[in-house]
Amino acid sequence: MVELTINKIKVKAEEGMTILDAAKSAGIAVPTLCHIKNLFPTGACRICSVEVEGQRGLIPSCAYPVYDGMVVDTNSPRVRKARKTIVELLIENHPQDCLICVRNKNCELQDLSAQYGIREHRYAGESKDHAIDISSPSMERDPAKCILCGRCVRVCNEVQQVGAIDFTKRGFQSIVTTPYNKGLNISDCILCGQCILVCPTAALREKGQLKEVANALNNKNKFVVAQIAPAVRASLGEEYNMPLGTDVTGQLVTGLKRLGFKRVFDTNFAADLTIMEEATELVNRVTTKKPLPMFTSCCPGWVKYIEHRRPELLKHVSTCKSPHEMEGAVLKTYYAKKIGIDPKDIVVVSIMPCTVKKFESHRPELSEDYMPDVDAVLTTRELVRYFNMAGIDFCDLPGSEFDNPLGESTGAAVIFGTSGGVMEAAIRTAYNMITGKELEKLEFEQIRGFDGIKELSLNLNGLDLNFAVVNGIGNVAKVLDEVENGTCKYHFVEVMACPGGCINGGGQPIHQKPEKVIKRVKALYEIDSKMIHRKSHENEAVKVLYKEFFGEPNSHKAHEILHTHYQSRKK
Amino acid sequence: MHKQIFEKYPAKDKSNLIALLQGVQDIYGYLPEGALQDVADYVGLPLSRVYGVATFYNQFRLTPLGENVIRVCRGTACHVCNSANILFTVETNLGISAGQTTRDKKFTLETVACIGACSIAPVITVNDEYHGKVTVKEIPNILKKYNTAKPVNDKQKAGVK
Repeated sequence: MVELTINKIKVKAEEGMTILDAAKSAGIAVPTLCHIKNLFPTGACRICSVEVEGQRGLIPSCAYPVYDGMVVDTNSPRVRKARKTIVELLIENHPQDCLICVRNKNCELQDLSAQYGIREHRYAGESKDHAIDISSPSMERDPAKCILCGRCVRVCNEVQQVGAIDFTKRGFQSIVTTPYNKGLNISDCILCGQCILVCPTAALREKGQLKEVANALNNKNKFVVAQIAPAVRASLGEEYNMPLGTDVTGQLVTGLKRLGFKRVFDTNFAADLTIMEEATELVNRVTTKKPLPMFTSCCPGWVKYIEHRRPELLKHVSTCKSPHEMEGAVLKTYYAKKIGIDPKDIVVVSIMPCTVKKFESHRPELSEDYMPDVDAVLTTRELVRYFNMAGIDFCDLPGSEFDNPLGESTGAAVIFGTSGGVMEAAIRTAYNMITGKELEKLEFEQIRGFDGIKELSLNLNGLDLNFAVVNGIGNVAKVLDEVENGTCKYHFVEVMACPGGCINGGGQPIHQKPEKVIKRVKALYEIDSKMIHRKSHENEAVKVLYKEFFGEPNSHKAHEILHTHYQSRKK
Repeated sequence: MHKQIFEKYPAKDKSNLIALLQGVQDIYGYLPEGALQDVADYVGLPLSRVYGVATFYNQFRLTPLGENVIRVCRGTACHVCNSANILFTVETNLGISAGQTTRDKKFTLETVACIGACSIAPVITVNDEYHGKVTVKEIPNILKKYNTAKPVNDKQKAGVK
């Protein structure tokens, strides 16, 4: 322990702590821009500069360790002036279009400008002019709005280990971009959107589909239905200042109905369906020694990753469509027939915590006869914008129930939204399929939590099975290496591209509260624990669906409608 | 062809990145896209990082050099002696901007901060030859001197590759 003085307050701090963290522990706020908690500091933006007694220049507090007897001033006139100048210089090279910007009122640069009371342009000069990259169906990249803090680069390289973007060129010409400045659509970016979550401005953002959805809702000939992913219900409330991890399922259904959606279904129904298909596929693979381990296919970011980098391992990926695509496919086949509507008139809108889902819905493999399974994907953030536009006071909405039959679900489906959830749900059902008995304890703590790779071994009827959960695409390379050289001991591996799972997806509300993921995950596990049915094979509506339509899991018809194939994207 | 350079360096060691890029550029005169990817795979870095390094340093080129390399000095002394107009004249005569190569691959045009021959400012160099105290009027003749080889064929004139 060391003792230092910050702003004349005595502060105790641990050795090796940065000035920034020490100040924070004492309730003293220091602004940051390039800083990401838990990543090695770069000290690039200098906005966290503080004055340290005995030091000639200002010190970047995010990168400087404390020592005993240190005297720090985080709020001296010199510090304030330096910070103000930094913000002024950043603003001068930034488009002045806050009023029409998608991040208006949720922008760190805007906040700093307000905080330091900037009221005039003192450094009018040349500014950058760059084309917006709109090539990808998921994301837009607007380098003109980039302030070169490098947070996206570090998340992409160090956390996700994808390395799709980096700093290029030098000085005023510097720009964060893909190799050869090519469009994101043809780069090996997996569109996970983790960069969007850390971008302080709107330089990285999702590609909006609100217009398409609004047009469909206004079209009287269209039967527009919505489906909601599990992760959305535990995070959307944050946009309305509700406590982290508030479950807003009921309000969501009412809100969507008021927007004009004819039916509101639950992607969880299809999650249960996915488990039936995937667990059956796993049992088949284990008994026939087909390519093992089997990887989950729910996460389109992960699928894109393996298509780019290890297409030779694609045979290991489950052929199941992802849950929202299954829901769309069932809606346009079984449900359309059931209610007597031409599937071409049904518009399926998915509300997702994810940016890659937009890309996924455009995949030609996921459409039948030029009719996509899912027509549009809105992120959590986009839906909030739509609610606001439509004058819906979300906080005061009464709750209502999902429509049936594609709205019924079990607890196993809800936890799809978190890392380890798909695996846990699959085990609950696979146990029953292999042993014919029901599990007594449904919770598997080993595969919950936030470790990079989580492992679990079970003995089912004399069959030793090893399961693994890869939390964040940055941890998957090791497992893939093992598969490649034949040393992989796992039978079934879940991969989620975003750290924490969908709950921390690229389409979720943007703020830097550190406990957000933990609280949202907790909310999902809580919903699960309160459900009567907590195993996918207990979903009555799914049982009926198999009885009336598919016959049995992995039947020929199920393969046609619920399964897909992949393509190599290796250059 | 460039893979023989790799043997000199251990694989998966990113500290050799610049040496590898220099080696590749020595062979081709520039860094072809495929070679950049090979270097990235060899040192174990994403292509974006390797591309970032290649665009950071002036010494690396991502496009092939022309037969003749013209460098226009834009140092202080040359600037005072009208080098801005010299550069503009060369650019309009060749139909390219500084940093580019003509479509027929005859000329590459670059600017230099100072060539170190201020006594004969303004200076341009073509390959290894120095032209001192140049005037705007002389530029077309100087260019003509180096543009002697076979005339451009019709296809190239029409801009077809």
